[in-house]
Amino acid sequence: MEFLSDIASLINSTLRISTPLVFAAMAGIFAERSGVIDFSLEGKMLMAAFVAAVGSYYLGNPWLGLLLAIIVCVCLSMLHGFASVTHKGDQVVSCVAINILIIGLTTALAAAWFGQAGLTPTLNEDQRFLEINLPFADVLREVPIIGIIYSDILSGHYVFVYLAYLSVPIVFWIVFKTSFGLRLRAVGENPSAVDTAGINVFTMRYKALAVNGVLIAFAGAHLSTAVNANFFREMSAGRGYLALAAMIFGKWHPKTALIACLLFGFTDALQIRLQGVELPAIGEIPVQLIQALPYILTVVLLAGFVGKAIAPNAIGQPYIKER
Amino acid sequence: MVSPILELTNINKSFGHVQANKNINLKINKGTIHGIIGENGAGKSTLMSIVFGLYQANSGSIKINGKDINLRSPRDSIINGIGMVHQHFMLVENFTVLENIILGFEGETVFGEKLAKAKEDLEKLCENYNFNIDLDATIADLSVGFRQRVEILKSLYRGAEILILDEPTGVLTPQEVDELFKILRSLRDEGKTIVLITHKLIEIMDLTSEVSVMRQGEMVGHTKTKDTDKEKLAEMMVGRSVLLRVDKKETKKGEVIFKVNNLSVKDDLDVIRVKNVNLEIRSGEILGIAGVTGNGQTELLEALSGIRKVKSGNIELFGEKISDQDNFLNPRMLKEKGLAHVPEDRQRMGLISDFKAYENLIFGYHDQEPFSKSALLNSKEITEYSSKIMQEYDVRPNSPNLITSNFSGGNQQKIILSRELNENPKVLLVGQPTRGVDIGAIEFIHQRLIHMRDKGAAILLASVELDEILSLSDRIIVMFDGKIVGEKENENVTDRELGLLMAGVA
Repeated sequence: MEFLSDIASLINSTLRISTPLVFAAMAGIFAERSGVIDFSLEGKMLMAAFVAAVGSYYLGNPWLGLLLAIIVCVCLSMLHGFASVTHKGDQVVSCVAINILIIGLTTALAAAWFGQAGLTPTLNEDQRFLEINLPFADVLREVPIIGIIYSDILSGHYVFVYLAYLSVPIVFWIVFKTSFGLRLRAVGENPSAVDTAGINVFTMRYKALAVNGVLIAFAGAHLSTAVNANFFREMSAGRGYLALAAMIFGKWHPKTALIACLLFGFTDALQIRLQGVELPAIGEIPVQLIQALPYILTVVLLAGFVGKAIAPNAIGQPYIKER
Repeated sequence: MVSPILELTNINKSFGHVQANKNINLKINKGTIHGIIGENGAGKSTLMSIVFGLYQANSGSIKINGKDINLRSPRDSIINGIGMVHQHFMLVENFTVLENIILGFEGETVFGEKLAKAKEDLEKLCENYNFNIDLDATIADLSVGFRQRVEILKSLYRGAEILILDEPTGVLTPQEVDELFKILRSLRDEGKTIVLITHKLIEIMDLTSEVSVMRQGEMVGHTKTKDTDKEKLAEMMVGRSVLLRVDKKETKKGEVIFKVNNLSVKDDLDVIRVKNVNLEIRSGEILGIAGVTGNGQTELLEALSGIRKVKSGNIELFGEKISDQDNFLNPRMLKEKGLAHVPEDRQRMGLISDFKAYENLIFGYHDQEPFSKSALLNSKEITEYSSKIMQEYDVRPNSPNLITSNFSGGNQQKIILSRELNENPKVLLVGQPTRGVDIGAIEFIHQRLIHMRDKGAAILLASVELDEILSLSDRIIVMFDGKIVGEKENENVTDRELGLLMAGVA
């Protein structure tokens, strides 16, 4: 029985840990399917975490904090668009600039407003999201199998966890079953074809970036107003990059990107589990090595294990209409 | 007097300092096939892109059916019944035919009813025009000829009354051209108006009833096709009389100096693109390779010039084996043995476009006397040599310090030619020597190649322009699917016969 509950708690943490990755990967799909590289997922996630924490601290409601985070992230996406779509700047450079700006900005603003460099005040229960216990979770706990799945794995998550997994089929539906999705995919493959079909390439890319901003805000808010009760320095900790890797590993496709996110989430959950545990025959594995697992996995997967990732054809290229 | 369906008045368009269209006036009558002819860079495509709403004119007005219209984007043009088939197809390669056609005109937010209706309508259209297109096929799997039909179908579906085609025959075999012309004629008979942009005189004479000629951004004349001929049109295009036929004397062929035995070559994706090719070239002979793009000519030339590895078989130069699968000479060593190469993609392999002309002119010889002395470039020598050779090869403008990308296509090609021919190679490999090159420069390049032949060089010429192959070659081989499917002496061979071979049906 103990083994089963171990597994259940491992899956439970996998779902939780993967949540920001899923949001970020979905956000990345929108930007990159439209032909705009988005390295700035990391920075935007960090900014969202900061704004959500500060917003719900002052406004007393985490939903308002989330709303603020969405607004700020959409603005950042527009900034990326302004530099790399309108002014045809290098997309990677624009992203790196945003990332660096935000690391400094969040630290400095926290110091200015709260007197602690890179730390915001702890949020009380009203100011943050709480875990949601699904109805009858307590009653069903004793039922074999179903009890574990329902009460121990599915119940007791923050609202973002449910929203993240809900977002995947929605993104899939938008990208592959709507005319917006058709145009989105076309603009990342052959912008000239879109232009000659009478659709404005720039508007399309801005729309995609707006959706990207909304989605990434959820990832940040999850970090600072749900799993944690405040913002701290560089709390996104490379999750934006990891999500980008998962998206590429998933070939810019929502379903496969989800699987990749879960895989990364699982190794992370596993490394937390394995810390300090004596493994039979091997003994205790050094913490540092275990902690490096998700990153090693990223490198291995991306370095050819999955074969050639085929990016949208026009990714990274600003659209230049006249010679 | 019928009023024209499309009327352009005083159209002007500049890109930076370059004025691509100057005070253009044009009238096109309903139900006709109207040709617009001019050299590369004459401004034909720009003009038609303005009509299609892709570019906006700096000044001037456009009337359709006598009504002034303002074209701010292709959407406006499409709504007004204008369709355009671009030279480079505007298709998303990993989409299906259906997806490409409805793009931008989906008619619904979530796919459902309208999509089914569109499919039904398209199937009917296909049947009407005998298009034989599978709407669910992915574009990447279709041949160029079919992709072009998809483009035409797309315009028709969007309600085009005026159909503009920009250089539609460049990538087609003669048989595919016949089919296209058949389609265009039947569209005209139905009352549609066709505008054909081309630089090929024969297409104008074949198909159109009226023709307008452009030169250097200006409209230099309009005429009924039956009142003109090829020579007159060519003269209007270039601004001086040109020789359309290449002057070629009989020469005595020497011995075989270049020989290829059972050669097979793979491309970058490990697909075998050249299959057991055998050929030999004598000195004083031009061997032409005809074929539709992508049938192994590129890989063959790359292997022969030492850029690509040989999978099996070997290459002989003056009876000496120079390359087989285990060892091969690099391009530099080949050059020392008297082999020169004018690559088919001049932007990618022939030149460094961001470098100055003089740098490209000496590239490959830059470390030899007199251009370089003890590791330093001798700029005085280089400049002197450059302006001399640019004079000799008629490169315009004669300014060695100009960045190469600022030269026109024809002049860039002359830069490469001068570099490759200057050392009097014994064997010359030439790929697409006149792709994107204007008529005046074509004449010059052809004369140079003939001159090299007369001096005793063995020349291998790969070109997708059948006319070029027919007018230059002494002997012609046809490549299809990596194999040589036919060999003909260039006497009494017609483009029809070659076309059948090129399509792999003969």
